[in-house]
Amino acid sequence: MEKLSFRHTTSRALPGAKAQAITGVVASGNLEVLLERTLPPTECTVEIETPIRGYGEVWEAVVADFVARAEPGGLRITINDGGARPDTVSLRLLQGARLMEV
Amino acid sequence: MSGWRREREARDARIEAGRSHAEGKVVAADKVVDLLEAILRPGDRVCLEGDNQKQADCLARGLSQCDPSRVHDLHMVQSGIVLPEHLDIFEQGIAKRLDYSYSGPQGGRIARMLYGGQIELGAVHTYLELFARYFVDLTPNVALIAGVSADRDGNLYTGPNTEDTPTVVEATAFKNGVVVAQVNEIVDRVPRVDIPGDRVDFVVEADKPFYVEPLFTRDPAAMTETQILMAMMAIKGIYAEYGIRRLNHGIGFGTAAIELLLPTYAERLGLKGEIATHWALNPHPTLIPAIESGWVKQVHCFGSEVGMDRYIRERSDIFFTGADGSLRSNRAFCQTAGLYACDLFIGSTLQIDLTGHSSTVTQNRVAGFGGAPNMGSDPHGRRHPSDTWMKAGREAQVTGDPALMRGRKLVVQIVETFGDGLVPTFVERLDALELAKKIGLELAPVMVYADDVTHIVTEEGIANLLLCRTADEREQAIRGVAGYTEIGRGRDRAMVERLRQRGIVRRPEDLGIEPLDADRSLLAAKSIKDLVHWSGGLYEPPAKFRNW
Repeated sequence: MEKLSFRHTTSRALPGAKAQAITGVVASGNLEVLLERTLPPTECTVEIETPIRGYGEVWEAVVADFVARAEPGGLRITINDGGARPDTVSLRLLQGARLMEV
Repeated sequence: MSGWRREREARDARIEAGRSHAEGKVVAADKVVDLLEAILRPGDRVCLEGDNQKQADCLARGLSQCDPSRVHDLHMVQSGIVLPEHLDIFEQGIAKRLDYSYSGPQGGRIARMLYGGQIELGAVHTYLELFARYFVDLTPNVALIAGVSADRDGNLYTGPNTEDTPTVVEATAFKNGVVVAQVNEIVDRVPRVDIPGDRVDFVVEADKPFYVEPLFTRDPAAMTETQILMAMMAIKGIYAEYGIRRLNHGIGFGTAAIELLLPTYAERLGLKGEIATHWALNPHPTLIPAIESGWVKQVHCFGSEVGMDRYIRERSDIFFTGADGSLRSNRAFCQTAGLYACDLFIGSTLQIDLTGHSSTVTQNRVAGFGGAPNMGSDPHGRRHPSDTWMKAGREAQVTGDPALMRGRKLVVQIVETFGDGLVPTFVERLDALELAKKIGLELAPVMVYADDVTHIVTEEGIANLLLCRTADEREQAIRGVAGYTEIGRGRDRAMVERLRQRGIVRRPEDLGIEPLDADRSLLAAKSIKDLVHWSGGLYEPPAKFRNW
């Protein structure tokens, strides 16, 4: 098990008022993403627990691209990974952000 | 001039030796080993019919039980290495040399045996190429083939999986070879004659029906959002753009997703009748919803698929069927159709390098190529135009007099940037090169060469390689869709953005596709059971796909 943590600053808070959302499942090749609106409006953290070691750089790139695209200010995001591919991670993060925007 | 009929005399002697184990042409299952030991000679070229799907398994078991002191050093020339026995005979010393096309299920073991030097490998061919060599320099001395039934004269009914049989028999029977057919039953009259009896020397009534590999069934339940997204991009960014009517699909989940999006997503885009009407394709169960919705005009098949027989019988407007009503497939003709009469091939691969060369050979698996190198190549012998072909020709760099421009076949690789176990699809250097070096191959086993590939589709976007004008542009276009692989992360971001402005790299949003809309609800069928419903109960999936 590897634990990773990333902290980003955004230029805005994620729109919407939803306090919490969850998407995906912890299954092989999949992941569960928990999003909570608990941080200051231009901060975002992503904490990851993954069974596959050695992909820190990929996670860093996926998270950075997600933050640039979704501007998820105010969110604390926790990922429970089941060995998902980066594109699946990216998709789940965007799905999660969309759920929070309602 | 007896010196000009030696092959014929040798053939007659083999048949004479075999006759002592037969009643007329008919051989009992428990006499197979005796028969094979009688008709085979050391060093023979043998085609043990291992097709993509239909397997002469009874004859394969028989061959593997032959005495290696009598039957040895055989040169196997068969399209598929599918059953364990196909490789057992190399361990036993019965066979020595191999020329083949496809080894999917045995890909791991064949790699180990190649590394271990247990197999002397000729080449990994594409189907049509191996068939061609049957008529030039790899003509079989003995063909061991499979059919559904035969009469006592040897007239053979292959059933829907005719596949390679006519080609193998043509090459063997008309060049002084011996043809042995295993059949599930001997009947008084066959439903239709796929192979005339005077081309079949012995008929073995097998102890059990021949094995058929359900190779073309993709369970919609296992389809992911990523595959659906790729399918949406392919439909909108390639099929619609080029107006592709005549095509062939590979066997991956990406292309199966395209099939399932035709009656839903593509229908909403108003593409019905404009794309995907004429096919060279195995009867994919995932094509059922498109057929039932009136999308598909015609399908010619390489082989059949387990469970599709009744459905095909009831849809003879779509499929090629015999007087008996069942499918008539033919791999050689369908491969020719795919080469010359289709404007697009789209399939998957395991590795793509920075120039666009691709291979399914990895360090641990030699899966062979089957039909992909043929389907996935631009046929320089083509002389008929189509709008699709001409448009692609115009996009490719035109040199010289434009009036002499030829068109281009679209050859599309649809891949996820990471394969199983997070193995990257995009690599600096194909493992195939390493394998070639290790086992001393003169020609690296490349599936589709870079100069034949026109587009690469991944979950990140579409790279149009036709529009690239320099090697550097090509490399960055490939890196630009390689996602989070090392190759993808190593891109020149500014240059990829410039390529994007020129439409060489296109993202989902450039195509008006929202990745979050890539949802399983878009699939016309979400399970095998849905496919059965679509077919009105005519599709009968094999047990391993019946998960309800």
